[in-house]
Amino acid sequence: MIQNQRAKRSWSARLVLLIPYLWLALFFLAPFLIVLKISLSQTAIAQPPYVPVLEWAAGWAGLKAFFAALSADNYAMLGSDWLYPVSYLKSLEVAALSTAILLAVGYPLAYGIARSPRRLQPVLVMLVILPFWTSFLIRVYAWINILQRDGLLNDVLLRLHIVDTPVAWLSSDTAIYIGMVYSYLPFMVLPLYAALEKMDESLLEAAADLGCPRGRAFWLVTLPLSLPGVAAGMLLCFIPIAGEFVIPDLLGGSQTVMIGQTLWMEFFANKDWPVASAIAVALLGLLLVPMLFYERMQQRSLEGGR
Amino acid sequence: MAEAATQEQTAGDRPLVRFAGVAKRFGQITAVEEFTLDIGEGEFFALLGPSGCGKTTLLRMLAGFETPSAGSILLDGEDIVAVPPHRRPVNMMFQNYALFPHLSVAGNIAFGLRQERAGRAEIAERVAEMLALVRMPDFGRRRIDQLSGGQRQRVALARALIKRPRVLLLDEPMAALDKKLRAETQFELMELQRRLGTTFVIVTHDQDEAMTVADRIAVMDRGRLAQVAAPSEIYERPNSRWVADFIGEVTLLEGMLAEGAIETVLGRFRAAMPAGGRKRDTVWLALRPEKLHIAAQRPADGNLNAIPGTVFEIGYRGDMSIYKVRLADRSLMKVALANTSARGRASFGIDDVVWLSWPPEAGWVLTR
Amino acid sequence: MGRRASIFNIVSVTLGLAFLYLPIVILVIYSFNGSRLVTVWGGWSLTWYRALLSDRAMIDAAWTSLRIAALSASAATVLGTCAAVALTRLGRFRGRLLFSGMVYAPLVMPEVITGLSLLLLFVALDVDRGFWTISIAHTTLTMCFVTVIVQSRLVSFDRSLEEAAMDLGCPPLKTFLTVTLPLILPAIAAGWMLAFSLSLDDLVIASFTTGPGATTLPIRIYSEVRLGVKPEINAVCTIMIAVVAVATVVASLASKRGAVRRERAGA
Repeated sequence: MIQNQRAKRSWSARLVLLIPYLWLALFFLAPFLIVLKISLSQTAIAQPPYVPVLEWAAGWAGLKAFFAALSADNYAMLGSDWLYPVSYLKSLEVAALSTAILLAVGYPLAYGIARSPRRLQPVLVMLVILPFWTSFLIRVYAWINILQRDGLLNDVLLRLHIVDTPVAWLSSDTAIYIGMVYSYLPFMVLPLYAALEKMDESLLEAAADLGCPRGRAFWLVTLPLSLPGVAAGMLLCFIPIAGEFVIPDLLGGSQTVMIGQTLWMEFFANKDWPVASAIAVALLGLLLVPMLFYERMQQRSLEGGR
Repeated sequence: MAEAATQEQTAGDRPLVRFAGVAKRFGQITAVEEFTLDIGEGEFFALLGPSGCGKTTLLRMLAGFETPSAGSILLDGEDIVAVPPHRRPVNMMFQNYALFPHLSVAGNIAFGLRQERAGRAEIAERVAEMLALVRMPDFGRRRIDQLSGGQRQRVALARALIKRPRVLLLDEPMAALDKKLRAETQFELMELQRRLGTTFVIVTHDQDEAMTVADRIAVMDRGRLAQVAAPSEIYERPNSRWVADFIGEVTLLEGMLAEGAIETVLGRFRAAMPAGGRKRDTVWLALRPEKLHIAAQRPADGNLNAIPGTVFEIGYRGDMSIYKVRLADRSLMKVALANTSARGRASFGIDDVVWLSWPPEAGWVLTR
Repeated sequence: MGRRASIFNIVSVTLGLAFLYLPIVILVIYSFNGSRLVTVWGGWSLTWYRALLSDRAMIDAAWTSLRIAALSASAATVLGTCAAVALTRLGRFRGRLLFSGMVYAPLVMPEVITGLSLLLLFVALDVDRGFWTISIAHTTLTMCFVTVIVQSRLVSFDRSLEEAAMDLGCPPLKTFLTVTLPLILPAIAAGWMLAFSLSLDDLVIASFTTGPGATTLPIRIYSEVRLGVKPEINAVCTIMIAVVAVATVVASLASKRGAVRRERAGA
């Protein structure tokens, strides 16, 4: 009820809004429109390597010629070449399965931290965040040390006589999943912990008082109340994993390619900018729904459902 | 109207603050409506009402944090609606005190003077003066989080007074204090106001507080002014059932106005005629619990109004007991009885048949 | 929640943290390995650190990365704080939905998309790619993180403090600078640190927006790692981990000292 509605805003207030607005419009929104436009263009051996290029000097005629030359060929190609649908499905599969594993690993960890003594909790949370501050690349690289053919894991397994010949851990789906779970664990644990931590202890006491055993109280009280955290954690993991490049590139094999790698390859190796753009647009379309969910959640939590 | 006349008497010919037809809407919600009120120079004025009645909105409009949707607010005869908060000669003591946690006690108190670019020596002198005023002379270098609730309250008061405002606004200034401290602080505040002669406008939902500190009270109900008058006037002569019920305890008997009396289903009771009341009007007789007498027999004095009933419930409060007596129409009447005997033994028990009586001038007839 | 920790809780926390730290610990230990082979322990040695000192390309890349991170984090802090203030303080304005959409989207946007689209913009604008384009790209990416951190602080900020300042004669802009800013400074500092480390960390967006002559540390490490494990990389990573660990400990000690002081004062 108490909100100051000034009809006229001061110049400083305008500036505060305008500067980040213009920045984002120029460096976030405009690039997307360009991607969209280039995804409708044709590859050309030129600089830039696509046609048509919009000729502002040609005026209206140029604009008309420009729109006439646009085509959906790239999208048609994405559908016809089996490589693209397969890598899309692969991305979805990896993202979904990784998120499920992350939830299974992250929930007990977050729950354990939330149930630990109060004084210990900030330290434990810090310990979960700390690896996030070290480089992403380092964390993926650390696993190469362990998983490669003459790496530590095989060394240990051979010495314990669990396996007779070295196992090819690296360049496999297993390695991808290990890398994903390892890299994204903080993103799953932190929202879960935030949801579990603010839960009132007296709710569980009330459940016990009303005759609910502790085990059942978890399913009836704790879990339902932590669902917003579960949703936040899953979105925070699923969306970036689906577009992940570094982890599958370094840990995965050449037979399984995720969509992020396909885009990278089209762009850097094949120099096919229009196709890379079309992949980007298609990937965005795939992630649009979960991203909108995430945006709604952010807005609600930060702006109080205005 | 009657209250308009009393208001002009006390607020003077040239009021310090005048709300003229002020309204405030937040989207669909109307917080304040057709609000007209004068506040005089040097008054200790209280805005009293239940939560959500618009009293805080009114105070915030006076401070400049809200702009009225309609009407004007005059200070010293000048419309201040367009003046931003930082240029208004009024200062506010916030409900949660709003002390700056990154500044010391002295830094907080000096804040207002710093905005005026006062000299270093002057600031130091005035801050010391203010610290002495709120009886915290050695606290200047303390941090805010080192203070108790009562000390914070005093710092907030000193900070709001240092610029010698034309009006000091107090938004529920004692809400965060415990009961004992609150009572002490109320008297300190009154003494301070008398000493400084500054106009104080306090917002509160606590009627005891408003009655204790204020010279005049404006009772507000759902964004409108219900009554404005001195505390005793409001208590003894409320202008509506709503005000009578909101301030203190009351029993209301509905009836029809007759010559020097009111006819109810329980009988005919003598009472003074209300101003502007006509015969056969529906009216209500308001009876305060402490004005009633309770006895085992019907009083012999024929001048007294009397009514029989049975004791339904007794609430012991230490200094007095509140009896709820069931009348013939099954309604309940509240009677207060001072516990003067040290034994604390109740004079009457539940289900005892008793007689309630009161002189005609103890009742107050309400027309709305 | 809190208090009693069951065996299950202790085990899950221990295993979880072990999973998080074991690879890093192994990496650090092996950076001191005297042998070139990963499985063979050749005794403690600083060989790879010495090799690193003479690796001009690696040092240049690190220097480039630090400069980009400092520049983009600072720009992102200014822009992100502005955006947070706009979102929490200006109420409704035209295009608010688009604005908040643009602010939150980069948080989860796959990096390949952000990188590609920014590169295409730079090509369309015909800008020379390198240090500046990476800095702009990182500013765009990291400002959104700053916004979220500062915004969550502003949402819980007691507005009556600002009103009190204005009531005492302080104009709105000065109120923001003398009351609001000092109080949200810890959040702004945290935002800067996060932006800095995100910039230092980024490989994908930098790869897209870089040009000749501007190789960042992650780009450099990536190109080495693609060819297999190299002990020098272990050494680089260990140094980075040490820097992060020291910075984190210092920051948490500083904030803890403030908290202790507040707590002691409150009691």
